[in-house]
Amino acid sequence: MSERSNEEWISDLSEPGPQRELAVNDLWELLVRGLGYALAKYGSVTEADIEDFAQDAILKILDALDTFRGEARFTTWANKIAVHVAFTELRRRRWKDVSLEQMIEMPDGDLIPRTWVDPSAGTEQQALQHELLEVVREVIEEELTDRQRQALVAARISGVPLTELARRMDTNRNALYKLLFDARQRLQNRLLSRGLSKEDILAIFDD
Amino acid sequence: MSSHPNAARITRVRALICEVVTAQFDEMDCPECFEYLDRFADLILNGADAAGMMPRLHDHLERCAHCREEFEALLAAVRAWQ
Repeated sequence: MSERSNEEWISDLSEPGPQRELAVNDLWELLVRGLGYALAKYGSVTEADIEDFAQDAILKILDALDTFRGEARFTTWANKIAVHVAFTELRRRRWKDVSLEQMIEMPDGDLIPRTWVDPSAGTEQQALQHELLEVVREVIEEELTDRQRQALVAARISGVPLTELARRMDTNRNALYKLLFDARQRLQNRLLSRGLSKEDILAIFDD
Repeated sequence: MSSHPNAARITRVRALICEVVTAQFDEMDCPECFEYLDRFADLILNGADAAGMMPRLHDHLERCAHCREEFEALLAAVRAWQ
């Protein structure tokens, strides 16, 4: 495969013809190889998946050529898009059969495990941890709106990717960000209203 | 702690508290991070001080596990050709 400059990639991919076919083929090989390394540790990903991801990525890349600003190498930019295509699909698969209720329910019914014990912390530190955890529990369970609570618990406790969560909550990412922002703001205000500084709180939960 | 039955949830709650107390009004969100991730990756691969040159993006990657996962995959993909 020949080495192309950013300008050569853009030029070769822009105009229909044999030059473009060659460039698309080179790009496909590059993305397939890159994704192979990028996804090597994800056992459920097949070669067919990688080829599909690369193909989808190429369509997106060709569509977005005029947005490439040249601040990075074209190949890095292209790989970024391919990796994003892959992870979006893998995360969709991971969460597709999980309802919103399942995303936010806790196996033992408690958001904050009541048996939380930090063996590395002394008695006083553990007491402070429990105090702050009670604040977190109160805010999440009693002070947030239902939507804020769903967003915060699903995104931050259950680790649901935002794209998947937005889909489940029948909203868009911007609205979801706003929910999370407001929920976090409320939590921050309550945690910092007890006379402890940010540094104090971080030290209390430090490993 | 890692053998505690709720270890994963405890880790997430701990991370949430740390995220919340250090949250700043001008922090980057995921779409903006994605916009500049290739530039950050190239800085890393060129041995430049990426964190110093793009501190908001670096901060976002410290906080956001999903973006960090994609970033590490991107580095692996680009290194495939080096």
